Amino acid sequence: MFKPLLTAMTVVSAVLASPAALAEAAPDALVRQISVEVIDAAKADKAIQAGDVGRVLGLVETKVMPHVNFEVVTRSAVGVPWRTATPEQRSKLQTEFKTLLVRVYAGALSQLGDQTVAVTKTQPVAGSTQVVVQTEVRGKGEPIKLDYRLDKAAATDTAWKIIDVNVGGLWLVQNYRSQFAPELTKGGVDGLIATLVERNKTAAK
Amino acid sequence: MKPLLALRWALLATLVALLGACATVPPGGPGGTAAAGAAPAAAVAIDPWESFNRKVYAFNDAIDEAVLKPVATAYRDVVPQIVRTGVNNLLGNIGDIWSAANHLLQGKLQDGLEMGMRVATNTFFGLGGLLDPATGLGLTRRSEDFGQTLGRWGVGTGPYLVLPFLGPSTVRDSAGLVVDRSANSSILPLSSNEQYGVSALELLSVRAGLLGATQLLDQVALDRYSFLRDAYLARRRDAVYDGAAPMEVFEDDAAEPPAKPVPASAPASAPK
Repeated sequence: MFKPLLTAMTVVSAVLASPAALAEAAPDALVRQISVEVIDAAKADKAIQAGDVGRVLGLVETKVMPHVNFEVVTRSAVGVPWRTATPEQRSKLQTEFKTLLVRVYAGALSQLGDQTVAVTKTQPVAGSTQVVVQTEVRGKGEPIKLDYRLDKAAATDTAWKIIDVNVGGLWLVQNYRSQFAPELTKGGVDGLIATLVERNKTAAK
Repeated sequence: MKPLLALRWALLATLVALLGACATVPPGGPGGTAAAGAAPAAAVAIDPWESFNRKVYAFNDAIDEAVLKPVATAYRDVVPQIVRTGVNNLLGNIGDIWSAANHLLQGKLQDGLEMGMRVATNTFFGLGGLLDPATGLGLTRRSEDFGQTLGRWGVGTGPYLVLPFLGPSTVRDSAGLVVDRSANSSILPLSSNEQYGVSALELLSVRAGLLGATQLLDQVALDRYSFLRDAYLARRRDAVYDGAAPMEVFEDDAAEPPAKPVPASAPASAPK
C-alpha cells in the first residue's frame, strides 16, 4: 500500500521543486503548471534519479520553499506546544522536519517513471480561505490520488502556498500530528527535536 | 505447502475470534474513522487492541525480514522486468473481474461496465491478460474489494486489526478478505495446491513492488506501527468514498489567534 505513497511523493517533490514564477496564479493552475514542469525537470536530471540527496536538498531550498508555507506545515504538525516554543526551538523544528521530508523526496524522485498529472477538481474548504486541488497521477498502474491543500499565507502575501499534501487518502502533514504527539508528551519540544535529529542522522547513513 | 496451510488456519482462527469480538465493539460510522490527523485519543478508539496488534506487527516484521523481503528482493533482481510485469498483469486481470463485480454491487454501473470492458480487452487482445492494452485505451484499473463494498453499504470498519502474515486490516476488511479470497478462487478454478501457488506468487509480486516503499516507511515514520495504521485507515476511508471523502479539518491549533483554522496573521516573529 505504500507504493502509491512512494510514487506520489515523487510527484510531490517534483511539484515542489518548481520555479517561483507562478506566485500569482490561481491554485489549480499553479498546481497543474508546476506538476508538468517538475516531472520534466526530474526526468531530465540524472543526479536526482540517482537519489543524490544533496542535489535534491539544494533544489528544495531554492525552488520549493517559495511555494510551501513551511511554518504552517510545522506548526500544525506540532500543535499546541508550538505556542510556547522559543524562536530557536521553532527554527530547529522546521529545519529538522524539512530535512526529514526532503530525504523522503530524494529517494522518491529516483523512482519517477512515465507519469502525467491531471487536475481533477478544485474545491474551497468551507469556513476558511483554504482550497483543495485534487489531482490524479496517471502512469502504468492504477491512478494515484494526490491532493494539495493551499492557503494564502499572510496578509502581506497574495500568493497561494501549499500547506499539506494528500497521498492516496492520507494528509501527510496532519498525519505527523499523531507521530509527534507521543514524543511531545514524553519529552516536550526538546524531546521531539532530539528524536527528529536522531532520525535524520540514522537516515543519512 | 505446509506453511501456507498453517497460514490459512491461522487466518481462519483469527477471524473466528474476531467475529466474536466484533459484537462487543461498536463499529465506526460509514467509512470508518477520521484516523488521519486525528488526536492520539481517537487512535485509541479505533485501535483498542493495540498491544495485541503491535505483537502481530512485530511478528510480521520478523517474518518479513527473515523470509519475505529477501525472497522478494531476489525475485526483483533475478526475474526480468518483462516477466514480472506479465505476472502482475495476469494476476491483475483476474482481480479485475472481482473488482467489476464489486463496482456493480455498489451500484456503480458505469465503473462496473468499464472494468468489465477492461477484462474483456485484456483477455482477448492481451494474450489472456499477459499484456495490458486496456490501460492504453483509457480503461484504467480501479480496484474494488468486498471490504470497500461493505463500507459503501454503510458497514463501519470496526477496530483496526493487524493480521498475521497479511498485515494492516480492520474487522470489516478482514471479513471482506474472506469473501474476496473465495470469489477469486471460484473465478480461477484450481486445485488447492495450485491455489496456494497462485497466492504465494501474488504475495511475492506485491511484496517486490513494495520494496522501495518499505524503505521509505523506515525513513518517514517516527513510529512505524502507528504511521502504517493511520495510513492504512486513511487510505481505506478514501477508497470507500472513491477519492471524494468528506473534507477533514486542517488542525492548526497553535495558530494565532488560537483556535482559528485560518492563519490570518501568521506570527511575525517567524524564525527564518
